[in-house]
Amino acid sequence: MFGIFDDPNALWVLTGTTLLGVSAGLLGCFAFLRRRSLLGDAIAHAALPGICVAFLITQTRSLGPLLVGALIAGLIGAFVIQVIIKRTKLKEDAALGIVLSVFFAFGIVLLTIIQHSGAGNQSGLDKYLFGQAASLIGSDVRLMAICAALVCVLALLFFKEFKLLCFDSGFAAGIGFRPGLLDGILMTLIVLAVVVGMQAMGVILMSAMLIIPAASARFWTERLGTMIVLAAIFGALSGAGGTFLSTLAFRMPTGPLIVVTSSVFFTVSLLAAPRKGLIAKGYHLIATRGRVQRENVLRSLYEELEETGPGTRTVTIASVAGRRGMNESNLRSTLERLLREGLVIREPDGFRLTEAGLEAAHGVVRNHRLWEMFLMYEGQLGADHVDRDADTIEHFLPRETVGELERFLEIHGLEPRLLPNVHAVDGIDKAEGGTA
Amino acid sequence: MTGKRNAMEVHDLTVAYDRKPVLWDLDFTIPEGLLVGIVGPNGAGKSTLIKAALGMIPLASGWVKFFDKPVEDVRTEIGYVPQRESVDWDFPTNALDVVMMGLYGKLGWMRRPGKTERERAMTCLEHVGMADYAKRQISQLSGGQQQRVFLARALAQEANIYLMDEPMAGVDAATERAVVNLLSELREQNKTILVVHHDLQTVSDYFDWVVLLNMRQIAVGPTKEVFHDENLRKTYGGRLTIISKIADAVARDAPQGLR
Amino acid sequence: MSDSMIIILTGAFVAGSCALLGSFLVLRKLSMLGDAISHAVLPGIVIAFLVTSSRNSLPMFVGAALVGVLTAFLVQFLSHRGVQGDAAIGVTFTTLFAIGVILVSHYGSAVDLDLECVLYGEIAYAPFDVIFIGDQSIGARALWVNGGLFLLNLAFIFVFYKQLKLSAFDPELAAAVGIPVTAFHYMLMGLVSVTTVGSFESVGAILVVAMIIVPAATAYLLSENLARMIGLAVLLGAISSVLGYEIASHLDCSIAGAMASVAGLLFSLALLFSPRQGIVAKAMSRRGLRRQVAEEDVLLWAARQRELISAEGFTMHELRDTHPDEIDRLARALSRLIHRGLLAADRDGFELTTSGREEGVELLRRHRLYESFLGDKLGYDTDHLHDPADRVEHYISPDDTTEIERVTEYPDRDPQGKPIPPSQKEKEKEKEREKESS
Repeated sequence: MFGIFDDPNALWVLTGTTLLGVSAGLLGCFAFLRRRSLLGDAIAHAALPGICVAFLITQTRSLGPLLVGALIAGLIGAFVIQVIIKRTKLKEDAALGIVLSVFFAFGIVLLTIIQHSGAGNQSGLDKYLFGQAASLIGSDVRLMAICAALVCVLALLFFKEFKLLCFDSGFAAGIGFRPGLLDGILMTLIVLAVVVGMQAMGVILMSAMLIIPAASARFWTERLGTMIVLAAIFGALSGAGGTFLSTLAFRMPTGPLIVVTSSVFFTVSLLAAPRKGLIAKGYHLIATRGRVQRENVLRSLYEELEETGPGTRTVTIASVAGRRGMNESNLRSTLERLLREGLVIREPDGFRLTEAGLEAAHGVVRNHRLWEMFLMYEGQLGADHVDRDADTIEHFLPRETVGELERFLEIHGLEPRLLPNVHAVDGIDKAEGGTA
Repeated sequence: MTGKRNAMEVHDLTVAYDRKPVLWDLDFTIPEGLLVGIVGPNGAGKSTLIKAALGMIPLASGWVKFFDKPVEDVRTEIGYVPQRESVDWDFPTNALDVVMMGLYGKLGWMRRPGKTERERAMTCLEHVGMADYAKRQISQLSGGQQQRVFLARALAQEANIYLMDEPMAGVDAATERAVVNLLSELREQNKTILVVHHDLQTVSDYFDWVVLLNMRQIAVGPTKEVFHDENLRKTYGGRLTIISKIADAVARDAPQGLR
Repeated sequence: MSDSMIIILTGAFVAGSCALLGSFLVLRKLSMLGDAISHAVLPGIVIAFLVTSSRNSLPMFVGAALVGVLTAFLVQFLSHRGVQGDAAIGVTFTTLFAIGVILVSHYGSAVDLDLECVLYGEIAYAPFDVIFIGDQSIGARALWVNGGLFLLNLAFIFVFYKQLKLSAFDPELAAAVGIPVTAFHYMLMGLVSVTTVGSFESVGAILVVAMIIVPAATAYLLSENLARMIGLAVLLGAISSVLGYEIASHLDCSIAGAMASVAGLLFSLALLFSPRQGIVAKAMSRRGLRRQVAEEDVLLWAARQRELISAEGFTMHELRDTHPDEIDRLARALSRLIHRGLLAADRDGFELTTSGREEGVELLRRHRLYESFLGDKLGYDTDHLHDPADRVEHYISPDDTTEIERVTEYPDRDPQGKPIPPSQKEKEKEKEREKESS
């Protein structure tokens, strides 16, 4: 099963696809962030006629000249896309689609002419359509390695410039970097990476190598440097993994397997990435919902006490449910939770807040009312440091602002007066000072 | 202090977008050490003026000089704050990193920012009261905080003249105050600041000079002298029909807009 | 029906269907989604093929339509989950396509499905695959299928034209007036998938992409009215189909590829030569204007010379001395002016003819009126009038001149005190008055 490591040819293929994954993943990040993901797709298609013309001229199928042809055609394609966008009312999507399909169709015409002309049958040009990683030989891989290294070095050399270009090209222009030139360099590198990878991956699937690892990496991090490293790793793993899978027989082509492998990484990222993944988001949503329900019930219990006076301490389920229109099953499960937390005690006719429960409810109510004050007086307060992650108002606002808000509460007579340490009967008057 | 230099000189500047002239024959000079508001209605060409001055869009005619030199020679002396909406705030980067971008111009091509740059950027973040948020991903900042990060980036440029595109648009009152304080602080250091501004109420309070703009230059000068009703009426009283008719004609017919 | 006729007609039906749908895709900036769907239906085709083991069956269309709509849905889903639009398209269709390729290569031999055929079709075989009703052959199947699809698409667009138009132009308004924009989006995508499937055997996925985007984009450049654009797109598709077949049969190459290449050729022709949008037309009108500007500059200068030093003629030397940097431009204008009869040349130099003189005076008048306008109405400094006026004067129409004259209250001198000559009309009136009085 691990015979791949004994077979020198298979090892070449493995090295080639891995290198390909690294360089495409790395460049893909910039393409992704510059919102040019599909450009790689268009360029890969556009390169086909270049390969055919190069073959017609040189009559050899050695990689070098074919790559040069592909590179030239790819750059022409990229140029035509720019011309269409700049000179006509057509938008980017149409420009990409036109270049992609027309160049490719022309490539097919040339390809069939070559094939029908007889000698071309041995040209092996069709492997550029779907890719044939297995056909990679030592010299091909050496060329791929050189190109991959070149791409990596240049991308790292221009890391700062590319970052600025992708984030804020206007500012880049303002401080004297030339966005046009930078875009040109980036585009050339993308063409190079695509063209080099076409032999292994094929025209259509090569663009996947640019897009999928970068899109996967974006889920895991908020730092560009990390994102690039991750994308390179995803690319490398997809390349190696896909190649490895295809050697496990099944007679399956390498290129599509590499793409499917990288899609698996993408799906895992989409689901499992911390913070941005669907699972984390779903969990966060459920947790938030639970917290909101808990707070709502505590508030309802507290408000009920405020209204009926501190003498009665037992609150019926019906009155709590009526207060916020909560459905009963949700209410019951939330009350069970509070019971477990020791914040309420079950009474024959309902529930009663414990001392700890009263304290917690007081905190929740106070926080909520301060919030209301904040929203009412936002304009007057010096509250610029709004921290979106904080859930209590003290974390959210500076101390002085909270003090100010408390004064507003008093003006409106809304400060929560029931406190656990001040006992019910005559609590209201004495509680005044306690809220500060 | 020695005699004031000219911070910015605009001569016969005409700018066309897509061959349609949007700024006509601007001609004015801004002395050093002033806080200047650029004021005019929507589509008056305020942002265009800044972009043209920075050489980001081609000039149809005329020239702009900073400290008596063309913009290419004094790039490191110019700080630029684009509109907040102009960038993708979901970009994977943090506040400190954005501020460090302000130092890229001085670093030049290919050199990487290092420890000195990071410390310098940190100082700038502290200056705008954002030091605690240095490592925060930028999409998690509020509008006002994002604007402060942009200002810190401009500070990091250590420029002598600052061009700011609506730094007070869509921010809360506190940030606006902080921005204004920062601007006057810069002016104390004899920096020149040009600010595109849209709130007429505050113009007299904030700015020493104003540039009143509506496709053409209505008035330029000390706020006290030129910011009065008649000029405002001229600025906001709608386009002159002849000017816009001719602008359309030029857009339709002229080779590359204007010569 | 001859074989070539069947091939051309099939191609034309495919092109027509695509052009109908493509017009809306291009207008809604969804071209690349069309591209994505035409690739992504591959696994749908293969699976339907495996299940029903027949081509062009109804389940196959249904299966492919589902995969197409699934693609559109996945793209939407991913872009709502923070993957930006084009990356979402890229991830979705490459993955689905890769799965399709794997399925084909795994089961391909078993189900008689050829990957290359799916991608760029073998329209040349279309005539040989015929449908029988009983024993009676009723014609090529590809023709029936694609003809049917064309009618389906045509009916869809005909019936929902209004809704589709509004959804493309202003989706928010469309939603506000109760048009189910999302449903139309998915219906459109479903039709794109069905059309792709219907044509994949005969023309292949790539031709479908080309035919969806290219004729519609070409028509978009050539027309300014949606109905005409759609009609033109269908026509262009049909032309590509006919010419493509001719070329392919001469060169012995892929018919589908040649048809798409012709569509591309037609696009480049439109790009270059479209009467209003074309690059050549724009360049020509720019050149015409540059010439006109140069001619006007000479006339104006000569008229000013006459006024200044009352010289009737001028020499090349004088022109060169006053315009050292522009002499080439102006010298070329001289010969054109002579040709137009506005200028006469003799051994000593040049002299304005009567009509040249009139035109020069008219230009002088326009220039100085505009200066008055800048000075009096816009408050420009007196020493800042000439250059702005010089730049813009060539584009001021006679109507605008009259308008400027009215706003500046018919001045007879410009702000620098130079006389503004009366207009041709006024002169004639004066003459008549003189005649009457004499």
